[in-house]
Formats: sequence, C-alpha cells, structure tokens
Amino acid sequence: MNHIAISTRPAARDEAHFPNQDGSRVPYTVFNSPAIYAREQERIFQGPVWSFLGLECEIPNPGDFKSTFIGDTPVVVTRVEDGSLAAWVNRCAHRGAAVCRVARGNAMAHTCVYHQWNYTAAGDLQGVPFRRGRNDMTGMPKDFDPAKHSLRKLRVESYRGLLFATFSNEVEPLPDYLGPEMTRWIDRIFHKPIVYLGCTRQYANGNWKLYFENTKDPYHASLLHLFHTTFNILRVNMEARTDCDKNGLHGVLLSIKKEDSNADDYTKEKIRSYQEGFRLEDSSFLAMVKEYEELATNHIQTIFPQLIIQQIHNTLAARQLLPKGPDHFELVFHFFGYADDTPELRALRIKQANLAGPAGYISMEDAEAIELVQQGIIGDGASAASVLEMSRSAPDQRNSLISESLVRRFWVGYQKLMGFESASEIASSL
Amino acid sequence: MSLSAEILLRLEMQDLQDRYMAAIDNDKLEDWPSFFVEDCLYEIIPKENADAGLPIPLVYCDNAAMLRDRVISLRHANIYAQPYYRHFLSGLSCRMVGDDRVEMSASYLVINTTPAGESQVYQAGRYEDVVVKTDKGWRFKSKRAIYDTSRVQTLLAYPI
Repeated sequence: MNHIAISTRPAARDEAHFPNQDGSRVPYTVFNSPAIYAREQERIFQGPVWSFLGLECEIPNPGDFKSTFIGDTPVVVTRVEDGSLAAWVNRCAHRGAAVCRVARGNAMAHTCVYHQWNYTAAGDLQGVPFRRGRNDMTGMPKDFDPAKHSLRKLRVESYRGLLFATFSNEVEPLPDYLGPEMTRWIDRIFHKPIVYLGCTRQYANGNWKLYFENTKDPYHASLLHLFHTTFNILRVNMEARTDCDKNGLHGVLLSIKKEDSNADDYTKEKIRSYQEGFRLEDSSFLAMVKEYEELATNHIQTIFPQLIIQQIHNTLAARQLLPKGPDHFELVFHFFGYADDTPELRALRIKQANLAGPAGYISMEDAEAIELVQQGIIGDGASAASVLEMSRSAPDQRNSLISESLVRRFWVGYQKLMGFESASEIASSL
Repeated sequence: MSLSAEILLRLEMQDLQDRYMAAIDNDKLEDWPSFFVEDCLYEIIPKENADAGLPIPLVYCDNAAMLRDRVISLRHANIYAQPYYRHFLSGLSCRMVGDDRVEMSASYLVINTTPAGESQVYQAGRYEDVVVKTDKGWRFKSKRAIYDTSRVQTLLAYPI
C-alpha cells in the first residue's frame, strides 16, 4: 500500500492553463474553481495590491467607521482622533470574533462582545477584563503584553478621497500602484470635493472577475444594453478613448459624444437592437450637463481589484466589487456628487441613478449576462476557454469601442500576479 | 371619523393595494402606471439610505410618464430573466388627512420565482404611500418602497 504515490496530484487543482500569451484565451476554470479562488485570496487580496474600501466622505469625522471587506476578509476602516485613517481586520485578537457588528457608525473605541476586549479606533488593545484577576483568581499571566495583541492593522492610503488598504508591506505607495495612466483619469472625476449620496447593492451568482472584465469590455455595451439603441442614446460610431496601466490590471474607457452620429452603422449590420419608433415620454433624466473639459457620456475606470469608477452622464459612483466565493459577488454602488452642486444638478444626479445601478436601464443586463456565463461554463472549466479576438490584430489601438484589448491585457496581468504560466512561456523555457 | 367610515376607508385602501399588487404579480405591467396620478412620485429606496437621510434610490420616477417609459423599456429594451413576483402585504395602517388624502404604510414581502422554478424571498420592506381621491377613484400620489433586503439579487426589473 502506497498512499503517498496515489495522492501526489491534487495540488495542481489551483493551476490554470492559459494557452495563449496575450490573454486571448481564458480557461473557464478561473471562474469556478474553489482552489483558484483560495489562491486569489492569498496572492491577490492578501498580496501586493491596494483594495478599494470606500470614499473618505463616508467617514468624514473622527470616530466615523464603516465595515467592509478585502476579498473574503472583514475589515473596518475608521478615522481616528487626529483625523487620519486606520483600518484593521475585524477579528478579535483573543478568540477571533468579529469586533464590529454594524455596517457604519461613530466610536472612538471598539469592544468585542464575547469577552469585552477593548480596542482603540486605531486597533490597539487597551482593555482586557480581569487581566489582573480578582480575589483568589489569578488573571492573565504576568508576561501578557497588550501591545502584542492589537487588531491586525492594515496600511491605509487615500487618493483624492478614494480609500484603499493593503495587507502588503511590499506594494508600492498608492499613487505608484495606480500609475500615471490611471491617475490622470481619476483626477478628471475627483478634481473637487465630493459628498456621499448613498449606496445600492447588488448580489450576483457569478465570479467576481466576470464583472471586472465586463467593465473593461466596451464591445458589449451597444449589443447587450439595448436601452441605448432602442431609445437612440449611444451609437457605435461614438469616439472612444481607452488606456490601461503598465500591468494591464487597471483600465479606463471613455465614450466621447460625437455630434454627427446616425443610425446607419446599426442598420447596415442588421443588429437586432435598432428599432425606430420607441421614444421616451420623459427623457429629461437623460439630460447631460457639461462638467468636464471633454464631453464623455461614459467614463468607466477599473482599479484592480475592488473598484470601478463610473461617470455615466451626470451620475457618479464608485462601484466596490466584493468576491463572495468562486461563484458569487456583491457590488456596492457608492454614489456621490460634488459639494458645490446646484440643487438642479444634484436632482439630476439622483434621477440618473435610474440609469446605472442594480435596476439601471443601461446596467441591469450585466449581472444577467454574467450569470449566463457562470451557468454555461459549469462542468467544462479546465478544457474550455473564452475567445477574446476582437481587435487582437491592433493591440495598440486606443480609440475603438469595438475592442477586447483591455480584457486581454487584464488577463495577462492576472496570470502574472497569480503565477500562472502560459503554454508558450512553458514551451519557450524548454 | 366614525367606526364604519374607518372600516370603509381601510377596505378601500386594502382594495387599492390588492389591485396594485395583482397587476404586477400577474404581469399586467401596462396597468401599473394607472394606479398613480400624473404628478406622482414612485421610488424604491434601500432602508439604509432612507434611515441615513441619503437620497440615492434604486428606481425614481417623479411623474407617470416615467412609469410608462419604464414599462416600455422593460418590454422592448431591457434583457432580464422574466420575474414571477408574488407580493404579500401586512401591518397596513392608514389615516385620512383632510377630505381627499390618505397616508398609508404597510409591510410587504415579494417572493420571486425564477424560470428554473426556485422561489426565493426577493425583497422585504415597507410602503410609505400617499393616496388621493380623484374622479376615477383612489390613486397613489406617492409610493415609496423602502426595502430591508439591501442586496438586490441579480437585478431589479419589475416594480415593487
């Protein structure tokens, strides 16, 4: 009997095999393998990335806090007495219970209910009941040092009001992690003080990366989201601007409005979506107030791994993407406006929540499409792969919406971070 | 108000809510806007925003034209798995304010059944409604669905 020989292979189950070097084939196993999901927690969410936690304007005052997640790990981000930011894993240093039990609040100290261990807002242990015992009871040993039992603290940084944290001591400072290709576009939106307008949450039966690649994929926009075309909103010949960071993990795409658009491109292609005749009775909520130098109907920017910045018409949101196991994710739309909004512009932003969100006219289909992928790939993960060929022969093109270039670049970056070699790399190393 | 007038009002309000829910549950979406006056407010908003005084809604329509537009969009533009809702209402309370205006609140539960045949709690919440008397009978002046089920499963297409 040789049990060792029989059980040598299972470690390979967290491997994924990308047959092409350019990210144009993605093995479906990355979307449903529990082993790969576990490896992502370790290499991505606990690894050298900055994860988006929320907006600074959600916690404006000392003591304000919110509970959220980095990957699977529950974390709390809070503003401490001097106004600076702190974040810690929401797990008592004693027995592991969640310390903070509410979504939001204000507190200068946090107490675990289980044995009332008490922590400062910064996460330092400051009180242990019966530490010195009582009467004949001895309490904690003499060498128990509270300084060694703080909550697990994270590095926190914010960039123009966007809050990020990391478990990594090695990852570069946040502005370098974002990169100049991304900060110039973040600056476009976050160029003046913002105010928080509330959030909506969506829970989908799909892998988190399906949403991430969806938001890097302008090719689907006019084909899946038929509201645009049914009511004459977006046309295929809109001008695009796309870019990504040096690793391909972050990306940005803008649709620039061109005045001379017409319906020909759709009718020529006989795309199912174009129908003359449907008109909105009240299209006032689609108004667009020019706020930026360049008039873009959509500015969608992905910051790996937990953030998608959205400007659609005048609706502004930071979408927080939270993985919930290999086949579920939660998406939190954090809506905001500018502090100097006129009442009319603020009202328009609120009304345009009808456009993008879990019930949004031009966003509701994304979760539907993602769930269809998750359903379609069951049982065939390792041997089948998605096909990302659109505009592959023009890898440097930056002005087309009919492109899967950002998606391919993303998968190349993902492979590197996950330590997955592509077939051609293996071949060339032989 | 006399007891019989109170009972009558309650029956009328219950009837309005019942017919409203039946229209949605039985896929008569085209009838849905007719439960409102033209100058109306219809809103679906998460309780966490309502409680915090934050304005962001899931759906927000401030006239009946926007309700009709949503129906047209759902019928002709948007792509989603056909929902099969069943609404349940409890804890209805209503009071007359003046001669032709009623303020009403009630808890609701919406069970959705997917095309695969799975029935799940889709949304729990409460209605905060204002109803006015018109020459066609009682109509919603405003209807706010304030929902507890903050994580919307997949998407929300049909009204609540």
